[in-house]
Amino acid sequence: MHSTSASDDLTVSRIRTLVTSGEKSAVEICQTFLNRIAAGNSQLNAMTTVLPDEALSRAETIDAHRNEWNDLPLLGVPITVKDVICTRGHLTTAASKILEGFRPPYDATVVTRLQEAGAILIGKTNCDEFAMGSSTEHSIYGPSRNPWAIERTPGGSSGGAAAAVAARFAPISIASDTGGSIRQPAAFCGVVGLKPTYGRVSRYGLLAFGSSLDQIGPLALTVADAETVLSVIAGSDPKDATSIDKPIIPLAENQRGHAKGTRVGVPRRLLDSDEESLNGDIRDSFELALKKLNDLGSKIIDVDLPHADYAVPSYYLVAPAEASSNLARYDGVRFGFRSDFSEPINDGAERVTNMYKQTRNTGFGAEAKRRIMLGTYALSAGYYDAYYLQAQRIRTLIRNDYDLAFTKHRVDVIAMPTTPSPAFKLGEHTNEPLKMYLGDVFTVSANLTGLPAISVPSGFTSTGLPIGFQLTGRPFDETTLLRLGDALEQSAPTFPKPSLHLK
Amino acid sequence: MPKRLTRPEVDRIAALAHLELTDEEAELFTRQLGDILDFANRLQDVDTTSTKSSWQSSESVNSLREDNLLPSLPTEEALANAPDASGAHAGSRFFRVPKVIG
Repeated sequence: MHSTSASDDLTVSRIRTLVTSGEKSAVEICQTFLNRIAAGNSQLNAMTTVLPDEALSRAETIDAHRNEWNDLPLLGVPITVKDVICTRGHLTTAASKILEGFRPPYDATVVTRLQEAGAILIGKTNCDEFAMGSSTEHSIYGPSRNPWAIERTPGGSSGGAAAAVAARFAPISIASDTGGSIRQPAAFCGVVGLKPTYGRVSRYGLLAFGSSLDQIGPLALTVADAETVLSVIAGSDPKDATSIDKPIIPLAENQRGHAKGTRVGVPRRLLDSDEESLNGDIRDSFELALKKLNDLGSKIIDVDLPHADYAVPSYYLVAPAEASSNLARYDGVRFGFRSDFSEPINDGAERVTNMYKQTRNTGFGAEAKRRIMLGTYALSAGYYDAYYLQAQRIRTLIRNDYDLAFTKHRVDVIAMPTTPSPAFKLGEHTNEPLKMYLGDVFTVSANLTGLPAISVPSGFTSTGLPIGFQLTGRPFDETTLLRLGDALEQSAPTFPKPSLHLK
Repeated sequence: MPKRLTRPEVDRIAALAHLELTDEEAELFTRQLGDILDFANRLQDVDTTSTKSSWQSSESVNSLREDNLLPSLPTEEALANAPDASGAHAGSRFFRVPKVIG
């Protein structure tokens, strides 16, 4: 049924079939993935922690209970979890020195739900510090690398998660998306990435970055696998007051494989603006995907998003403002790293403040500090109205643009490339953070508006780098995103794997 | 429109954020944050006098529950990650910070 992934791929659906039928044991499957990590991670640096003993022991338990548990949707499926999501007893550092050695005393709700559905946690994935970045270069563990081109970034902030799926270290990675952190790396690494609607998935146990923007979702090899994982992790949670209980409408079988009756909006003016010029191969791939959707039955409609040009500057005020508040808790008192402070200061209050300052200055990396500074400035007296409040108001206008497209033009989804350019080289944007921020032009709106969005692979540049095609949907209508993503995937030629030269 | 960011402002913001930047970092941030804020100044072009702000994107208002007593994290687990949880007396455990008084 999933003809698009290479036939020998161990997708979620394939693993489940093998394990429930007894054709393969969960232990065998788990060992296969652990072997791949052992062989390839030294090159990709996708994993921050690998848990072979715990994973194999869990797989043994699953094998022992195979018959009673055979209706579990993720039975025996190995997963990785981004290092910003709490896993009880296992290092969770947000790739930051300031959380050095932190072992959470509890599991995030998503981790609990995945494990209850039969999944096996095999490790944690690398990311930009506190999920701030678009390249996974801002990590205490060093940068992750792109399996398609080792000198390039896998994207970020969930670069390790995307590289891990592309390199088949696990069929599923769970990550967070605050401004594109699931979708952009998915595009750079040629895998599927889904950011659900704000409120769809509990964030309990996610180390908060931008609380009004953060959402947890899957990276996967196929759209069908992302669909399965979403159905497991979605739903309200008393531990996250923003989570909402809305049923996910399952995709009817007669809706699969075509796009009849759907309306796809295309913001032409935004794509033609020269702010961050769109790579030619990406533009071609985007047009080809639209044509495919049209062939599959979609009607393609021009829409205008008049405030789209303001999305990046709004985002880079709102997100750092929320981050500066969320990161205030890291002060060397309750968890993680504390700087050695030995200055002889007589004033006790000053002594404590000094400890906070030295801890934070040594514990946070450059990008985290930059954003804390930017956010503190945007919230400070004299600048609050001009920056933070103005950005929050423009956020309303951006959401209104989308609502108008959904109502007036009656589109079901809005299509855009996921990124304006393909994976860039490590170090390319290190000194010019603004240049890196501009690359988020197509992804940040889904976070500012809370709308669900998916990135699916849509081809390659002439130099062989993966390209992502993005669809943004109505609130809580992940179903249409999955439906169209799946139809595109089914119509694509067999999707190749990266030709890793793994030692 | 706000003026270009200056070094004294960067120092003031660093103090507010409990960051003790090196001289080099402060200079770098003055330039980089200045560029980012200049770019963000385009937001001033938009008339938002009659626009409400979006504090968050979901429509949910309050999420209430019964005020029932539920188990919470045991003290030992809560203190397990503290850089210093040693009490002054044998067996006492709490989050320890540098001496504030005296």
